[in-house]
Amino acid sequence: MAVIKYFGAVAEITQCTEEHIEVKNETLSDILEHLFKKYELQQLPIHIALNANLVSIEAETAVANTDEIALLPPFAGG
Amino acid sequence: MKKVFIDGPISPEFISESIRKHQTKTDIGAHNIFLGQVRADVVNNKTVAAIDFTCYEAMANEILTDIREKAFKTFNLTCMHIYHSLGTVKAGEICFFVFVSAKHSSEVYEATQYLVDIVKKKVPLFGKEIFEDETHQWKTNK
Repeated sequence: MAVIKYFGAVAEITQCTEEHIEVKNETLSDILEHLFKKYELQQLPIHIALNANLVSIEAETAVANTDEIALLPPFAGG
Repeated sequence: MKKVFIDGPISPEFISESIRKHQTKTDIGAHNIFLGQVRADVVNNKTVAAIDFTCYEAMANEILTDIREKAFKTFNLTCMHIYHSLGTVKAGEICFFVFVSAKHSSEVYEATQYLVDIVKKKVPLFGKEIFEDETHQWKTNK
């Protein structure tokens, strides 16, 4: 199963930091559309990382059940 | 991968020990240090008491490795260290420590500014600003 990770303000909305989903033929954008609707995240500025690399939110990238997708709010280090 | 993340605040003792460790490296002629401190901002009459930092460590470690490599290629540095807190850091305590060393002073100023800016921009760190009344807001970098 693919791992979905949530951080910061996003995790506060999803009320979990991680969940697992069974991926069949969905692309990254399909999965994100589902998650954004489920948690009503459309208004948040969110970066997406696939296997720890930033990717475009509209990416028609294939997702495997071994992949890790992270939903990241704006970075605030320092 | 060098250790970057520290649980809780970065103590003055840790910083002074870092300086002391460099006294054996006698090819160094210039150090520069940046210290980021948690500020007690007042927002809508509420004062920030602390920041709780979290991080996507797998991604952060990859990005920090790239940042280190690029810094060594770009600047003529002898060594560099980046430390950032995770967990709760109270107002007035240190959460970010950048320590850059080189033969001469000009390199360390430029490298320090580069490192501070790129860590803030590229490293997936998140900060929950906790007010004195225990409500919170999410930190955003200017």
